[in-house]
Amino acid sequence: MNRLIMSVLILLCSAGSTLGEKKDTCVDCHQTLNKSHAATVKGMEQDVHARYGLSCADCHGGDPTDEDMMVSMDPRRGYLGVPTGEQIPEFCGRCHADAAYIRRFKPRQRVDQLELYWTSVHGQRHRKGDRKVAQCVSCHGVHGILPGSDPRSPVYPANIPRTCARCHSDAGLMAGYGIPTNQFDKYQGSVHGRALLERGVRGAPACHDCHGNHGAAPPGVRSVSNICGQCHPANRELLGQSPHEKPFEEMGLAGCKTCHRHHDIQHPTDSLLGTEKGSVCISCHKSGSGGYRAAVDMRGAIEGLKAKRDAAERLIVRAEQAGMEMSQAKFDLNEVGNFLTRARTSVHAFSPPKTEEVVKQGEALADTTIQKGEHALAELQARRRGFAGFLVILLAAGVGLFLKIKDVDRREGV
Amino acid sequence: MEAKTRSKVLNWLDERLQVRVALSFLARKAVPMHRHSIWYYFGGMALFLFSVQVVTGILLLLYYAPTAEAAFESVQFIVTEVRFGWLIRSIHSWAANLMVAMVFVHMLSVLLLKAYRKPREMTWVTGVLLFFLTLGFGFSGSLLPWNTLAFFATKVGTGLVNTVPVVGHHLLVIQRGGEDVTGATLKRFFGLHVAVLPILTLAVLLLHLLLIQFQGMSVPPSVQDQEDRMKKMPFFPNFLLRDALGWLGAFGLVVGLAVFFPRELGVKADPFAPAPAGIRPEWYFLFMFQTLKLAPSHILFLEGEMVVFLLFGLCGLGLILVPFLDARSRRGERSPLFTALSILMILYIVTMTLVGHLVKPA
Repeated sequence: MNRLIMSVLILLCSAGSTLGEKKDTCVDCHQTLNKSHAATVKGMEQDVHARYGLSCADCHGGDPTDEDMMVSMDPRRGYLGVPTGEQIPEFCGRCHADAAYIRRFKPRQRVDQLELYWTSVHGQRHRKGDRKVAQCVSCHGVHGILPGSDPRSPVYPANIPRTCARCHSDAGLMAGYGIPTNQFDKYQGSVHGRALLERGVRGAPACHDCHGNHGAAPPGVRSVSNICGQCHPANRELLGQSPHEKPFEEMGLAGCKTCHRHHDIQHPTDSLLGTEKGSVCISCHKSGSGGYRAAVDMRGAIEGLKAKRDAAERLIVRAEQAGMEMSQAKFDLNEVGNFLTRARTSVHAFSPPKTEEVVKQGEALADTTIQKGEHALAELQARRRGFAGFLVILLAAGVGLFLKIKDVDRREGV
Repeated sequence: MEAKTRSKVLNWLDERLQVRVALSFLARKAVPMHRHSIWYYFGGMALFLFSVQVVTGILLLLYYAPTAEAAFESVQFIVTEVRFGWLIRSIHSWAANLMVAMVFVHMLSVLLLKAYRKPREMTWVTGVLLFFLTLGFGFSGSLLPWNTLAFFATKVGTGLVNTVPVVGHHLLVIQRGGEDVTGATLKRFFGLHVAVLPILTLAVLLLHLLLIQFQGMSVPPSVQDQEDRMKKMPFFPNFLLRDALGWLGAFGLVVGLAVFFPRELGVKADPFAPAPAGIRPEWYFLFMFQTLKLAPSHILFLEGEMVVFLLFGLCGLGLILVPFLDARSRRGERSPLFTALSILMILYIVTMTLVGHLVKPA
């Protein structure tokens, strides 16, 4: 009797669980097939589409409710099959270019990826029948697609350089295109690459920040300054007003890249400016020319401000180490540092008077800061001299007391 | 002529205040001279440093603003703009540390020399209360500059009472004036530091000093058998002049420390910033802090912190009750157990303070 009750209960429980779930014969069947079919199902467990309740049939069509494979995968039931490489952009675009459909899941999600893709070098070549170029799954993967915000995703900002490098560092794959394959190696050693890949600065630019992502293309010569200007707007603005803007355009030189290079861009130092070895100015401006003199003047002005800032810093550190309260002077010193940054930025106007104007303001504040440091050190000396005087009085009082003690001891017979 | 004027002034004062009674008392007061007499000077030294604190504290009050918005800036103003403000603030800070050290030495010397024994039990009790009040001054005063280190040290320190069963949380809120250390805490600590503690200290101190005057100096048990033939030094002026010489030296030391090692002001407290590494209390709380750090998370079924906190509370109570617990000393017998316990306590405090100071913070 007990066994009967138990059997009924088990039956009811399993029936309940089956009734409560939506039937998906794709999953049930593919799980039992060979390793690659099973892997597809396994990958979908973490897929971003699955998280929004989408299943195999939402992309591949068919009827997942029918257990008969011939029926469920019948084209008459809407089964589309596996898209070919040629079909993939449009295949994904059926949903991703459909604003009304996407809004149901993620209203803020962009729907212009397909449109942009057709403008990209990848998309244009794809249209011409080149099947080696990247399309959606090349970067995002398939059956296990993760959102771009997931650090495991190949399109997570810090992973993008390596994702692009999978193709662009492959000499064999790139052979037919006549483009270099050392971009990733250069980028890795650049100021941007070190920030993103070594220090984990998520705001540091990766490939897509300059080239675009779905609309990826090499920026034209005239666009370079605008691209750098996305993050360096002040430099961009100054360069646009500078005497370099027109000749660069006429000579076909790509703005910022002309002096700073691109994939292997390094942290700029003052040595880039001026006429010494290592400066970029002397590669175009010959000795005695106006540009040569301007480079000398701007570098000289910046060095002057640096020297004053360093002098102020030395004084403040000395005074602070001696225990003087220097917080206001340190605040001013920080502001001098800001003027130095502004002066360095101002060189992009390539106008010595503009740089000198900023430098003058910085130097004036540096002078005040130096005075504060000197005043603090003078005050320190005055305190020590004062203490010496105090010590003399104290010793005199001590000697007087000692003599008095001797005197009263003698009188009291102690 | 001079003697005549002095006599006239004395007569005038005596008619109104009976000063001759006090003067004749002072003239009779004598200090026993033996090999432990040096320890008699530390109480006076602590008293002198307390006076320095009162004077410098009043001067600091002229400019100090006890609000979270202005406290740090007002201290900054004192040390940078006010004439000799840096000196006054540094003296206040250094003298506070020296005063705590002197109170420690004075109390421990009294403990080891068994000066608490009958009939000086109440002198001891008031002395221990003064010791606690001194620590209270140190704890409340350290928050007043409202800098980062003081802020977080106060946060940790005040948070400890939360471990007390039943009333812990209420005590925490009373201390802080809310759940967290805020401007309300600063105001409470300021009030405590400049009003409540000084009044209590003055009252207990007056009683402590009166008891010493009534009972005279205690002679340690080890030399008590020689008391009858022991030489005595008149308190006034011989002993007092020696005291004054010590005070002069202490004052010179404090000023020297203030000139050569002015106390840092640090960075203004930011309640929203994460606690910086290496937060430590003042050195005189370090032995307790280190014990708490070494305590396991649980002792039996109780929280480790709570057990340590309650143990320290019991130790404090035990310290007050020493004269009543040490029955052998009360009867005038040798009391090796209490000597051993006292030495153990001193060794524990010194070791834990050194460990706390030398161990690099995580």
